Amino acid sequence: MIVAGVGVSPGIGHGPVYVLTASVPEPPEGATYVGEAEEEKARAHAALEKVAADLEARGVRAGGEAKDVLAAQALMARDPGLAVGVDALIDRGTAAERAVYDSFGTYRDLLTSAGGYLGERAADLDDIRDRTVAVLTGRTMPGVPDVAAEPYVLVARDLAPADTALLSKDVVAAFVTEEGGPTSHTAILARAMGVPAVVAARGATGLTPGVRVLVDGAAGTVTVEPGEREVAAARRRSEAREQALRAATGPGGTSDGHAVPLLVNLGGPGEVKAALANGAEGVGLYRTEFLFLDRKQPPTGAEQETAYRAVLEAFPGGKVVVRTLDAGADKPLAFLPAQGEEPNPALGERGLRMFRVHPEVMAEQLDALARAAEGLPARLQVMAPMVATVEEATWFTEACRARGLTSAGVMIEVPAAALRAGDLAAAVDFFSIGTNDLAQYTFAADRQVGALSALQDAWQPALLDLIALAVGEHGRPCGVCGEAAADPVLACVLVGLGVATLSMSAPSLPAVRAGLAGHTLAQCRAAAEAARAQSTAAGARAAARAALPRLAALGL
Amino acid sequence: MAERKVTVEAEVGLHARPAATFVQAAAKADIDVTVARQGGQPVNAKSILMVMGLDVRQGETIVIRAEGDGAEELLDELAAIASAP
Repeated sequence: MIVAGVGVSPGIGHGPVYVLTASVPEPPEGATYVGEAEEEKARAHAALEKVAADLEARGVRAGGEAKDVLAAQALMARDPGLAVGVDALIDRGTAAERAVYDSFGTYRDLLTSAGGYLGERAADLDDIRDRTVAVLTGRTMPGVPDVAAEPYVLVARDLAPADTALLSKDVVAAFVTEEGGPTSHTAILARAMGVPAVVAARGATGLTPGVRVLVDGAAGTVTVEPGEREVAAARRRSEAREQALRAATGPGGTSDGHAVPLLVNLGGPGEVKAALANGAEGVGLYRTEFLFLDRKQPPTGAEQETAYRAVLEAFPGGKVVVRTLDAGADKPLAFLPAQGEEPNPALGERGLRMFRVHPEVMAEQLDALARAAEGLPARLQVMAPMVATVEEATWFTEACRARGLTSAGVMIEVPAAALRAGDLAAAVDFFSIGTNDLAQYTFAADRQVGALSALQDAWQPALLDLIALAVGEHGRPCGVCGEAAADPVLACVLVGLGVATLSMSAPSLPAVRAGLAGHTLAQCRAAAEAARAQSTAAGARAAARAALPRLAALGL
Repeated sequence: MAERKVTVEAEVGLHARPAATFVQAAAKADIDVTVARQGGQPVNAKSILMVMGLDVRQGETIVIRAEGDGAEELLDELAAIASAP
């Protein structure tokens, strides 16, 4: 049996499962206290202070990154706003433990509604809350053994820094959590400790305690009761992979010197550091939605300019492809009310179609981009999402050129654009294929519907055919940004199809670089042909692998 | 009422360590001090939970306000923390 999740800290871990069960029960709603309000408040404050001091002490013992994380958590336990909320509830007759529980709940809602990084902090808050409730109700917090005869695989719904800070590689073989994402503390601390970790592994806490599992922190898999051979093979693969990734440096390209710039997908200026650390040669997709979502007012031109310039400055010699706002439909903007109810948001007024309705938003964004690029050596390229026709492409590129933006392109996400790339080529300077949306529209399979994920497989021969059509022979460079470019096997196939650049999330860059460097352009072309000759996604994948002999040796 | 407008330069925004340093400095002062997104509702700068909840990212501008003894010095200190890269 294999439990699948998201690998966030690479490496192989093997050992018995230890399931950490959160067992601090919710204090009953409506719980009251006997005695004086002031005494009850003092009890609550003392419990919060005890938890804060304990977190600080653990941080000091652990040192390093964990110290900062736990110091920040201690600040949360001592938060004056939280204390005011607790006091107010106690004044209304609520027992201290329920008052603490509810006050944390208010802030928890605030963080989860923001989502993303802040949403992942909600787990930290839950941990502080549970610790405080445990103190108030005289329970001991469930702990994690910090000595073990054999390193164990720690499995939990989610892990708090206070749980993991005092652990080491000698005690823990791997972390597996049901929740959490790439920026959760479990991920950050696991990477800092060099322990493999898989998050978002649904069903993991259902594993039998003590059963042996094999955790692959790169692939994101947890294999239950693996054979000895399987463990040994996984270790070998992991070592070969690490070695290959370390050895692959420099600009992307095939072994016979065909250059393929390896670029990064960015969601905001905060991701630049990881991109540079992984050797990104430029930016293939700078998503600009972060500036617009969750706002009541549109961002000013000056604010946009700052955010664009921050990224342009980070890649002085490279190119930076900025995608104009891709909102609308399922990502509505508060300041741009929808035109009406859309029964199929993915087929609605999104991307460039929304700019047709609100040209002033496009004008402001393009102006800000033109100003941001002034005087900087980076090559700014601007592209529009959700383009289907030549008229749309022309409208966009003319707007770009009117502002002195010299390189204007379009995304190929709609099958119509792929089929007629030759016509679009006359209107644009470059193309970038968004494989995720192209798959969604080609297979009529909503990206949000997990049950349809097989239809989202980028190895589907129909999708490969459309990519080949989009690349075409029109003479305009065509890149790929999307999950497909991040798969080292598929990346070789894409290069074989004639794709000029590959853009992916920062952590995917080293594996793609190593895979490409292990093969010639002719081998990539042969792999592409072999894949397209198949009639199923699985067949295409297997055929491509067979045509790329170095992948296995590289552990990819 | 004294105030400072500062652009947050830290890569993580006003989160994690920068937020903790900011709140610790604010909490030391005896006077009230608030922080807001530009044009937004001010929150207690001594509350890490409220400051995190503002969700200020790199490159965004915040407004810090304080009134009373030592307000100017406190604001200078907080502005320096918020604008540190």
